[in-house]
Amino acid sequence: MVTEDPPALLLQMQGIVKTFPGARALDGVDLDVRPGEVHCLLGQNGAGKSTLIKVLAGAHQPTEGTILMDGEKIEIPHPVAALEHGVATMYQELDVVDGLTVAENIYLGHELASVGFTQRREATRRTRKLMERLGHPEISPHREVGTLSAAGKQVVSMARALSRDARVIVMDEPSAVLDSGEVDNLFRVVEELVEQGIAIVYISHRLEEIRRIGHRITVIKDGRTVGRNLDVASTPTDELIKLMTGKDVEYAFPERPGVPDDAPVRLEVADLSLAGVFSGVSLSVRAGEIVGLAGLVGSGRSEILETIYGARRAAGGTVALDGRRLRNGSVTAAVGAGIGLAPEERKSQGLVLDEPVYRNITLSTFARTARAGWLDERAERDAAKEQAVALDLRPPDVDRSIRTLSGGNQQKAMLARWLVHGCEVLLLDEPTRGVDVGARSEIYALVRRLADAGTAVLVVSSEIPEVLGLADRVLVISEGEVVHAGPADSIDEHQVLDMVMEGSAA
Amino acid sequence: MSEQQTSSRPAADTPKARADHRRGHSIFSGAVGRNLGLVAALLLLCLVGFLTGGDRFASLTNLMIILSLASAIGVLSIGMTFVITTGGIDLSVGSVVGLSTVWASTLATQNLADQYGWIVMVGCALLVGLAAGLVNGVVIAYGNVVAFIATLAMLVAARGLAELIANRRTQIVDVPSFDNTFQGNLVGVPKIVWIFVLVAVVGWFLLNRTTFGRRTVAVGGNPEAARLAGINVKRHLVYVYGLSGLAAGIAGVMMLARTGAGSSTTGMLWELEAIAAVVVGGTLLAGGRGTIVGTVIGALIFATLSNVFIINNLDSSVQAIAKGAIIVGAVLLQQRISAPRSS
Ligand SMILES: Nc1ncnc2c1ncn2[C@@H]1O[C@H](COP(=O)(O)OP(=O)(O)OP(=O)(O)O)[C@@H](O)[C@H]1O
Ligand SMILES: [Mg+2]
Repeated sequence: MVTEDPPALLLQMQGIVKTFPGARALDGVDLDVRPGEVHCLLGQNGAGKSTLIKVLAGAHQPTEGTILMDGEKIEIPHPVAALEHGVATMYQELDVVDGLTVAENIYLGHELASVGFTQRREATRRTRKLMERLGHPEISPHREVGTLSAAGKQVVSMARALSRDARVIVMDEPSAVLDSGEVDNLFRVVEELVEQGIAIVYISHRLEEIRRIGHRITVIKDGRTVGRNLDVASTPTDELIKLMTGKDVEYAFPERPGVPDDAPVRLEVADLSLAGVFSGVSLSVRAGEIVGLAGLVGSGRSEILETIYGARRAAGGTVALDGRRLRNGSVTAAVGAGIGLAPEERKSQGLVLDEPVYRNITLSTFARTARAGWLDERAERDAAKEQAVALDLRPPDVDRSIRTLSGGNQQKAMLARWLVHGCEVLLLDEPTRGVDVGARSEIYALVRRLADAGTAVLVVSSEIPEVLGLADRVLVISEGEVVHAGPADSIDEHQVLDMVMEGSAA
Repeated sequence: MSEQQTSSRPAADTPKARADHRRGHSIFSGAVGRNLGLVAALLLLCLVGFLTGGDRFASLTNLMIILSLASAIGVLSIGMTFVITTGGIDLSVGSVVGLSTVWASTLATQNLADQYGWIVMVGCALLVGLAAGLVNGVVIAYGNVVAFIATLAMLVAARGLAELIANRRTQIVDVPSFDNTFQGNLVGVPKIVWIFVLVAVVGWFLLNRTTFGRRTVAVGGNPEAARLAGINVKRHLVYVYGLSGLAAGIAGVMMLARTGAGSSTTGMLWELEAIAAVVVGGTLLAGGRGTIVGTVIGALIFATLSNVFIINNLDSSVQAIAKGAIIVGAVLLQQRISAPRSS
């Protein structure tokens, strides 16, 4: 409970209940937000954080509960009403329209208009300003959003929230797609906003971020508030984790057993290049080895993975698996040979949203379990269930539509797909994006177990500590070139950052 | 129906019960449940038919008439269901029906059929349909031409080719073995209705129980995810359009049997009727969800509607208006019933 009173509460959500057909996502959540604070919302995957902020954004209607703004009860029957009450939201899943330009996206739904004509010049001018403020003057207002990277899209989504002149800005895992430099930009903007008395509701699974910018914390577990208005500075991490998970979780990277020198090379990439993105990338991953790719967003990391996988056609160079060369630009060949990729953007690249969880998990194996073209759905379900249990998927019901899973649980389902498939080489692009603390260590342990069983793993992550902690060997990528390669334990985060920055400054 | 049920218990409490519950649904009541609005519409139409037409409507003979009417377009609609489930469209099916009837009834084909049996005509019709479909598929998948445009081109071209071959004349079929095989009844039901039933059953299994169907849904639901999971999306699209063409070939055979002649005007505007049946049936135009049961009911609704109008000697223009209203009404109803989003 709050003991001191001022400043007065800006926003209160009381006893919010939200039921979906067959699920009670929120079961009485309270949230108090003061003006000029960064209020962090913590909770495991599926705890109900996104659902709560969707209620606040008018995207869902609460089954029960009240919302107060400045002490007065308000109704938010639709998203426009939320904006009218001064609540702007950045959703967890990027919600920008690919076919429109940056400026059009930002002013979508509240176009600057006079007598019915949109004022493009004014919109362009303001967009340019917003982009400068967010540290991205290079993103042109006229650029089509579909051509931006995931991080670029996140910036656009952020700019849109800023353009609304909101009093409360809700950010659902905004840092998940950003690298450390971008996160700094984001935090600078957040601090500016807070100084102006704007309240930020901030959701993230990265506790160190919350330590950096948060003021107070509300913890949600299984749709209920279990810790309210905790002071960021005085609440120890293990207490937070205990509140979130209900148990003590060790947040550590698994042991590195060390790869024997005579372990065979599984994946051999030689002189690979992709026009305009990267060139001359050579790397090899041995059986049982985890290799991490570190670099800034936009340095070409994801493209390297996708090209190895055949999802992009290489301009030159070769990819070989166990000494056999793979056909250039053919995913089918790569998958057939035993390579799996868990892509960066799960929603657009990974999931068939209207299909049940188990079919998403078996998307690359249903043909294998089928007999003469006839599906064996029982085998599919069993395989999916097994992984759902192993990865602690919540809820573990594999028959529900994957759309209804929380973000972190969707990510687990993506991993489950390749676990069912059983790969020789696993390419992981941001494997823990949006995954909670507890499940993170589980995923690390799992990746290590796979490696120990002989899989070659290539990991890309924006979180440098993750790359350094998980991988045996690290390649640092800058501007599409490998600028450093070496054991992960002989280099630290600052050195990596320096190399990355130097490369992009040069 | 299962999507609609509101339970206040947390899902985690009874995951098994719910899973079992849902599995029970997917076979029978799932399909019928989701198509509840459609069944209601069909029953309502039958009621109107009975009230206005009396025994002329509610007779076994008339039932067979309705079913025959629904058959050829029904078969087209089954093929179209697959195409639309991938998020595509096939505007060429009507023309391809015309082309296949013409090609299968040229003098040359009929002469061969006299020699070697009806199989020659059927083979010819099916091959023509399949070939046209495969061409569509290749142009769309590998030529990266939008399905709407590619199949629009085929619509025009196939009709033109049919006119060229037939010289704008109707070609009477005079092959006894063909007539014996495909005309008349089998256990009281017209043979072409049996063909429809067979195609529908095969289509249902294909969509719901085979890897082909799973790929179709995945490609329509999220082509990029399907591709990255290792599905050969382009090749699959070729197969799906090939399938739709094959369905048009089968419909061609049915029309040869029903009318006893091949003509370049056969199947005019049928692509629209097929699309209407599919969409009214509940298959998403955006792709990712398809239902054969819905399509069959959709085809039956339109056939029944025509029949009710004919029985009452009503103007065909009025009938067209009614069809339009039904399309919009059924789609609105579908959205109400099956909207998964609750807010
Ligand atoms: N449309 C829906 N239908 C049914 N259940 C839903 C729906 N949306 C969310 N849920 C369920 O509600 C619960 C809370 O989900 P929510 O997305 O709010 O979690 P979250 O705390 O944001 O998790 P994450 O950290 O993984 O993003 C989950 O169990 C989820 O499966
Ligand atoms: Mg969430």
